[in-house]
Amino acid sequence: MDRYPGTRGLAFREALLWERSRKGRIGLSLPEQDVPRSELDAGLVGDGPDLPELSEVDVVRHYTRLSTWNCGVDTGTYPLGSCTMKYNPKINDRVAGLPGFANLHPMMPVECIQGALSLMYALERDLLEITGMHAASLQPSAGAQGELAGMLMIHAYHAHRGRQRRKIIMPATAHGTNPASAALCGYSPVPVQLSQDGIMTPEAIREVMDEDTAGIMITNPNTLGIFESHIAEIAKIIHEKGGLVYGDGANLNALMGYADVEKMGIDVLHVNVHKTLSTPHGGGGPGAGPVVVRDVLEPFLPVPRVVKDGDRYTLSSDAPLSIGRLHSFFGNFAVLVRALAYTRTLGKHLKDVTEMAVLNANYVKAGLKGVYNLPFPQPSLHECIFNDAIQRKQGVTTLDVAKRLIDFGYHPPTVYFPLVVDGALMIEPTETESKADLDGFVEALRAIAGEAAANPAMVTDTPKNTAVARPDEVLAARHLILRGETPQ
Amino acid sequence: MKTFGELDIRKDLSYTKTHEWAKKTDRVVRVGVDDYAQSALGDIVYVELPSVGAATGAGAAFGSLESTKAVSDLNSPVTGKVVAVNEALSDSPELINASPYEDGWIVEIEVPDSKEFDALLKSDAYSEFVKTLDEEHQ
Amino acid sequence: MRYLSHTPDDLREMMEVIGIERVEELFDSIPQGVRRDSEIAIEPESEWRLLREFEAMAAANCPVTTFIGAGSCAHHVPAHVPYLASRSEFLTSYTPYQPEISQGTLQAIFEFQTMTGSLLGMEVANASMYDGASALAEAALMAIRVKKKPKIAVSRLSHPHYLQVLSTYLRPTAFETVELGALPDGRTDCGKVPGDVSAVLVQSPNFLGVVEDLGAVAEAAHARGALLVASFTEAMAWGLLKNPGSQGADIVCGEGSSFGIPHNFGGPGVGMLACRKDFVRAIPGRLVGQTVDRNGERSFVLTLAAREQHIRREKAVSNICTNSGHNALTAAIYMATAGREGLRRIAQINHDKAAYLKAGLEKAGFRPLFNAPFFNEFALTAPAGFEQRRAKLLEKGFAAGLKLDAFPEYKDAYLFCATEVHTRDVLDAFLKEVA
Repeated sequence: MDRYPGTRGLAFREALLWERSRKGRIGLSLPEQDVPRSELDAGLVGDGPDLPELSEVDVVRHYTRLSTWNCGVDTGTYPLGSCTMKYNPKINDRVAGLPGFANLHPMMPVECIQGALSLMYALERDLLEITGMHAASLQPSAGAQGELAGMLMIHAYHAHRGRQRRKIIMPATAHGTNPASAALCGYSPVPVQLSQDGIMTPEAIREVMDEDTAGIMITNPNTLGIFESHIAEIAKIIHEKGGLVYGDGANLNALMGYADVEKMGIDVLHVNVHKTLSTPHGGGGPGAGPVVVRDVLEPFLPVPRVVKDGDRYTLSSDAPLSIGRLHSFFGNFAVLVRALAYTRTLGKHLKDVTEMAVLNANYVKAGLKGVYNLPFPQPSLHECIFNDAIQRKQGVTTLDVAKRLIDFGYHPPTVYFPLVVDGALMIEPTETESKADLDGFVEALRAIAGEAAANPAMVTDTPKNTAVARPDEVLAARHLILRGETPQ
Repeated sequence: MKTFGELDIRKDLSYTKTHEWAKKTDRVVRVGVDDYAQSALGDIVYVELPSVGAATGAGAAFGSLESTKAVSDLNSPVTGKVVAVNEALSDSPELINASPYEDGWIVEIEVPDSKEFDALLKSDAYSEFVKTLDEEHQ
Repeated sequence: MRYLSHTPDDLREMMEVIGIERVEELFDSIPQGVRRDSEIAIEPESEWRLLREFEAMAAANCPVTTFIGAGSCAHHVPAHVPYLASRSEFLTSYTPYQPEISQGTLQAIFEFQTMTGSLLGMEVANASMYDGASALAEAALMAIRVKKKPKIAVSRLSHPHYLQVLSTYLRPTAFETVELGALPDGRTDCGKVPGDVSAVLVQSPNFLGVVEDLGAVAEAAHARGALLVASFTEAMAWGLLKNPGSQGADIVCGEGSSFGIPHNFGGPGVGMLACRKDFVRAIPGRLVGQTVDRNGERSFVLTLAAREQHIRREKAVSNICTNSGHNALTAAIYMATAGREGLRRIAQINHDKAAYLKAGLEKAGFRPLFNAPFFNEFALTAPAGFEQRRAKLLEKGFAAGLKLDAFPEYKDAYLFCATEVHTRDVLDAFLKEVA
């Protein structure tokens, strides 16, 4: 066998649901009609949705086939930079599905939910232990909502101090969602000059920070994978002018066991549990984006909060400065169960997780240096960013390299992000990839660089073995088809 | 994206540094985006147009262009009132890619005088400007 | 550690390639001043011990039969639904940025959008929001973007948690909300909608279980040039009731977890958000569109990305990124399973069970709070002494309704729910205890 997996195999065609539909089929088991029928006023009753009509077998075949057109971490290496696609342990899913959790109604009396509250409390403690922060809320539903929670807290903090501010400092190396989250709070972003090394300097911050600036949004390590080594001094400058420091925790996988978030001067940090804490991404959520804060922001945390009183847990909304509620109930509990299973399984070995994540990224970086252009050769942590500057001369772009990689059996890295690198190929292997997988991945990328030099068409006319070839995205956007035909 | 040598920069038009072109006939200035802009954005999939009668300010956004990967504001070269919009762009945004100077024009703005228009970049100065951008990119 | 696979030999070889002698060297860029001074104080556990501990925590929650809905109604989850959804190609994949190897997720979401659109009677539905509450907040912001008036009118009979989330989202802005009160029949009073609002937000069935006259609300909203944003917490209702779109709703949002997703102590659910075609560029969240590939084959991609945060940055319509994709898949599998006829019948059974429970409780001395149509939830005024009885009922394994603390104007009122999961035996046993 080659050192990389490659692709070959069987892909069934599969129609859309309603193309399989036959009038009169029902896939659902209906319970016995053991109570009398009660008729609603005819004026209230509708015709019923035009849903497809299928048997249970139809449904099982349909989704089983669709699943084979997908690619997950369980299928193979998934080195999406900034996404931390690590292995999702199966014990986590098992405990999340325990009937005592899955079947627990959220509006039960507090005596009936002690187990759930104790679990949430335990996870909060673990997040504080890992980050070094002071207090936590598990309520945000995803990283971006955690970010919003953080910005709302900063906004509420300034409002409480009696003078709102209008701006927020935002380096080009911040995450894509940061400007939109800040805009929801009415803050306009102020750019900041990066040094030659791809990081922010205290001088540059001093130049832009003033008393009309609410604070700064920092991703550390930044989206170039480089640690912001001046962070403590930068935070000091921000704090001296009355601002606060928001930390984007998307890259926390690079820091566990090494850095102390509070010592960095960060006031609020969100944690992407579907990145660092191994909960499955599910093809686009649900995730969870807990926030951890320094003491100064604790009064502003979302409510309700889990409170421990002796052996008893309660939910408290007694927090006049709180930003309020963010979730229909208390957060994405089933996701949080998985996160706690992960922190409890790894424990102090979370430091090994970070070490192996950084080792793997640097191993890939060493293997590709010289073959692909490395715009920032500085030491980097859990991810490395190359671009297509060498291949572009042959007419081969980052997109082509990504698509060709699929033929070799690998999910492509993140492409064209971060924006500070033109044609970026952002690789984050994570700690759970073996050396053999990394060797295969590096070798595949080296082979593609060879093809690009010798015969560019081998790279540009790809992928070849997937369920579909490159879709026409321009057609999709110009002639919108966002829903299919109804069945009958 | 086109290189500098491949770009079609028309002599008879005036330009902004945000890559709009402008052409004045009597008191009406016709506005579009130039070959550089359409080539940098790539396939345009949607044009957000102003309504007829809307006021525009020089340098202010009056609409936007979307490609699949980017979105770009359309900035008015002059202050005035929108008197016509190119309705064909609603169904065929690709006209801007195919014919940025003719079929892909975007709006017509009525201006009180020619002061702002006269101050726009002429094609020679604009070519020089685009050339420096092109060198930075290479 | 079983999730990490490097052997000592692997480590040695890798460090040699990188040119280091100790892994710690890779962290030299982290200054001493920001390093932690102790190891992470969490004791690692074996799978054996972990399972026992989590089982103990799960067992510390009472296993009861609940007659509470309030945004999380109990519904049966067919065996094949989680079975299919948990296929790891779905569960362990990322957002479908590479369409060639994500057609499974993309087609499934396209089908979810289509079925959600059908369910709600709307032309466009997105790929999902976090949950019902955030969907409502985003719908309000969307309406304000469309109508450009910084004021909205909101029914007080919406889920209290949803109203709290809405106010969290709106707090930093200068947007104003006007509260619409209740009529004596338990419907929202739309007589006092101001003339300068972007939208009227009404939930149906509302939090007190009453089916709203959305057609009349739409008329009231449209007469003032405002949009109707119809919200819901019980998606199952649209199997039976006239959908919001057919009654004039412009934006529809709500919670879809009734379709195959267990309570999970309230999360994750799946937010549904749909609108008329005219507003497609103002809708937040991901959208999947149909197109063709290089060979002319039908295929699906994420589309209209120019609305989104990673391109439009601070001018984006929302900051949402990851949504509730896997639960949207689950809900889609459920909707496909039920189908047109199945959903109608299961919805009818929900109403039947609720009507049976309501009649039984009325016999036991409860009085209906409103004389109004309901789906599977309804509010009653309890007879004297019920508050104390409830604690006893809980010991017997019944969660006897939700006390309407959020509505102090209705004294001694409780909200009850019955669905297809409550067999007649269970309902009778409960009614016997109540009587």
